[in-house]
Amino acid sequence: MNRKILILLSLLLISSSAASQVIKIGELNSYKVFPAFLEPYRKGMELARDEINASGGVLGRKLELIVRDDGGTPGDAVRVAEELLAREKVDVLMGTFASNVGLAVSNLAAQRKVVFLASEPLTDKLVWENGNRYTFRLRPSTYMQVAMLIPEAVKLKKKRWAIVYPNYEYGQSAAASFKKLLSQAQPGVEFVAEQAPALGKIDAGAVVQALGDARPDAIFSALFAADLQKFVREGNTRGLFRGTAVFNLLAGEPEYLDTLKDETPDGWWVTGYPWSEINTPEHRKFREAYQKRWNDYPRQGSVVGYTAVQAVAAAIRKAGSSETERLVQALKGLDMQTPFGMVVWRPIDHQSTMGAYVGQLARKDGRGVMVNWRYADGAKFQPADEEIRKLRKE
Amino acid sequence: MSSSAVLLQLLNGLAGASSLFLVAAGLSLIFGVSRIVNFAHGSLYMLGMYAAVWLAGRIGFWAAVPLAALAVGALGACIEMLLLRRIYRAPELLQLLATFALVLLVRDFALWAWGPEDLLGPRAPGFAGAVEIAGHAFPQYDLLLIVVGPLVLAALHLILTRTRWGVLVRAATQDREMAGALGVNQRWLFTGVFTLGAALAGLGGALAIPREPASLAVDLALISDAFVVVVVGGLGSITGAFVAALLIAVIKAFCIGLGYSKLTLVVEFVVMAVVLVLRPWGLLGRPQAEVRGTWTDAPLARLSRRGATAVGILVIVLAALPAVPDQYLLVLLTDMLVFALFAASLHLLMGPGGMASFGHAAYFGLGAYAAALLFLLLHWPMPASLLAGSLAAAAGAAVFGWFCVRLSGVYLAMLTLAFAQIAWSIVFQWDAVTGGSNGLVGIWPQQWLSSRAAYYYLSLSVCGIVIVALWRIAHSPFGYALRGSRDSPLRAEAIGIDVRAMQWSGFIIAGLAAGLAGGLFAFSKGSISPETLSVQRSVDGLVMVLLGGVHTLTGPVWGAAGFTWLQDFMARSVEYWRAALGAAILVLVFARWRFSA
Repeated sequence: MNRKILILLSLLLISSSAASQVIKIGELNSYKVFPAFLEPYRKGMELARDEINASGGVLGRKLELIVRDDGGTPGDAVRVAEELLAREKVDVLMGTFASNVGLAVSNLAAQRKVVFLASEPLTDKLVWENGNRYTFRLRPSTYMQVAMLIPEAVKLKKKRWAIVYPNYEYGQSAAASFKKLLSQAQPGVEFVAEQAPALGKIDAGAVVQALGDARPDAIFSALFAADLQKFVREGNTRGLFRGTAVFNLLAGEPEYLDTLKDETPDGWWVTGYPWSEINTPEHRKFREAYQKRWNDYPRQGSVVGYTAVQAVAAAIRKAGSSETERLVQALKGLDMQTPFGMVVWRPIDHQSTMGAYVGQLARKDGRGVMVNWRYADGAKFQPADEEIRKLRKE
Repeated sequence: MSSSAVLLQLLNGLAGASSLFLVAAGLSLIFGVSRIVNFAHGSLYMLGMYAAVWLAGRIGFWAAVPLAALAVGALGACIEMLLLRRIYRAPELLQLLATFALVLLVRDFALWAWGPEDLLGPRAPGFAGAVEIAGHAFPQYDLLLIVVGPLVLAALHLILTRTRWGVLVRAATQDREMAGALGVNQRWLFTGVFTLGAALAGLGGALAIPREPASLAVDLALISDAFVVVVVGGLGSITGAFVAALLIAVIKAFCIGLGYSKLTLVVEFVVMAVVLVLRPWGLLGRPQAEVRGTWTDAPLARLSRRGATAVGILVIVLAALPAVPDQYLLVLLTDMLVFALFAASLHLLMGPGGMASFGHAAYFGLGAYAAALLFLLLHWPMPASLLAGSLAAAAGAAVFGWFCVRLSGVYLAMLTLAFAQIAWSIVFQWDAVTGGSNGLVGIWPQQWLSSRAAYYYLSLSVCGIVIVALWRIAHSPFGYALRGSRDSPLRAEAIGIDVRAMQWSGFIIAGLAAGLAGGLFAFSKGSISPETLSVQRSVDGLVMVLLGGVHTLTGPVWGAAGFTWLQDFMARSVEYWRAALGAAILVLVFARWRFSA
């Protein structure tokens, strides 16, 4: 017994905390729980790091990524973040995927007074109700992505809507925002059915049947990943989508769209990332560099990972230092170039104005693609500042 | 709902029941004969899916289905012969630990072999379209599935009643020592049953690919459903599994049809709780035959003088640790201490109490949430919140335990799981109070406790004192009464011990301690979310106790520390860290039980 403990302790004591002249980004994410999104994400990050270091680093210092798996649970993630802070002495925390993990790490960042750049979690609460001084979020939030779909939904003038979403915070707030925004824009709209299957466990046949029984003119869905695939296949077989307009958050992202292949439903309105067709100079540069480096095409995750690292570098450049309080000041109102164009980090709620592409799904050579797409600039899909101030309680 | 809608939802339910049944039947067979709670059954199903999608792209769907089933069956045979066969005689539940390790290995294997993206399989040729039923389009493939379930049931029934092998399987299910005494070669019987069970899981997975994509999250999503079906039907009863699958799938379909889709989160566990309370052995199950002579519990040894000295020295070392420059050590040790307390509380139930709980996280989570809510909403000070939190957990344990002590063995374990899942779903759904799936944030201790070292000392003293108290309880008159109730309920009652009251008190004390651990956890992380009372957390607790050894006094504490450290270390240093963790657990299992077969 004694020897066992001794071995344990000696292993514990092996630590590495040599201070050096590099800038350390402590990145934690659920790499093994959401690999479909996060493997491209990691490639995006590494591309950005290499580009930055090849051009001399930041303020003459090399940029180092210290990447950790957060195990996918808030409890483990907080411990991993503590490790990055206490042992690795990172300058900035970055990452997280699921909303509960993002909120937990953001909460720790406020306690330990360190900047946390939340790259991926979508929950509105991260920058509103639970927003804090040290947390900044890159991706367009659930609210923003819903708001991006609203103009098209209003144009169709459909009266009877059915809603389906995974039963957790992202789905719930997507559904709530959609109902609120559509009712405001189109008074008299009716919501005739609402289905909230458990995440990852949709009973697609029964759900499709129940939605069809309500005879909706249009459907709003926040499903993604395996739930979306099951829903699409059942809906196709059972003819749910014939003559019904469908709006689906995130379904245009390659991570989810590419798995649908020849099942891709025609004409759905989605948010996503038509990587092969965006030919702005900044995106073309990114795409070519990514394909050259990885011999693979970029996914949504690649753009997020790439931009997150670039954002940290830009903030440190602007601050002239990696010291926390100066970084916070620098990030507020920071504007930077991204593969999606110029983005501003809003001082009011620390949300970046990175947008998403809104368009329709179509099939091309047995693959799903986005057509009729346009870029929806995140700056245009925000509630009034007054509302945000109320939510942030600052 | 219109009558045609009712008909269609009924058909949906039937189709769902068939796929559920295929998995549950295999699980039930394996448990019936070998008494192994096969955690890896969902992983076998997942492998069936991946194998079928992969094969279907090469040799077509219909050839891929049987081939995938055969391949998974063959893998099952290997697992049985190379792994499980060596530990049948180990203390019960050590096999569970081995299958848990397999889950970790298989998932990372699938990620490595087939990549991170979900794979949507082809539609089944010949059954790709829909037929019109009562004015609605209904998938042809679902009709096929509706037929497959009863066909497999009939086939299994024939095998079990009409073949010699089936008779032996039934004999072993009823009394495996007697079957052995009559000269039945148990080795091959066990191998055969495990192979058949695995093949059924593989078949279930292969048949599912026209309806759902092969994805890495399937294993755990499925295994709890399958367990529920097996237990509701009655362990070892194939017909029971079929009835239970029908019941649950149809109820789910109607929840969705009637617009109560949110209930699907928990409805199967509600069904299981109700069934177990009313029928302690499931719908068609029979009381479990006692397993004789495999293993008898040596009495729990007291802490020896040397052991006590070692623990004393350890405490002094731990108290001196904040002097070390690496502050992360304190964070990690705080986690270890919290989980050590959690494991020690579970151990009181599993060791001296003889009651395996698959839902111990419920009390951990209740303690965490109660403490957090009192702290955030009523602004109670931290110590009062912690105390009240653990009392709330004890109250929860009192309610759940009251029902659970009326059962025994795996049924008891599954009822604890059902209650834990119900508690989890309430926390998950009750947005206004618990913050729903996002949870609660801003749960930080007062200024003077907020440094890592201060909080570490708090955890060290609280966990240390309570763990020692739990150790002492094991050798108090109450602890002896608990142990007596475990080893021989009849004799215990004969000498005047109220067995159920003892077991119930065991639940309450364990709940109290687990709740305290939960509260400490909440204040150390600053936030909590429903994962604190998820199945995963319960399973982690089980793994910690089993790693350390159920029938040792201090083992679970080392188990908790070791597991937490391993997880932390592997996640940081190894790319496929879950597989590495699984491999490490397997090594430990075998180290604990040196190739005995």
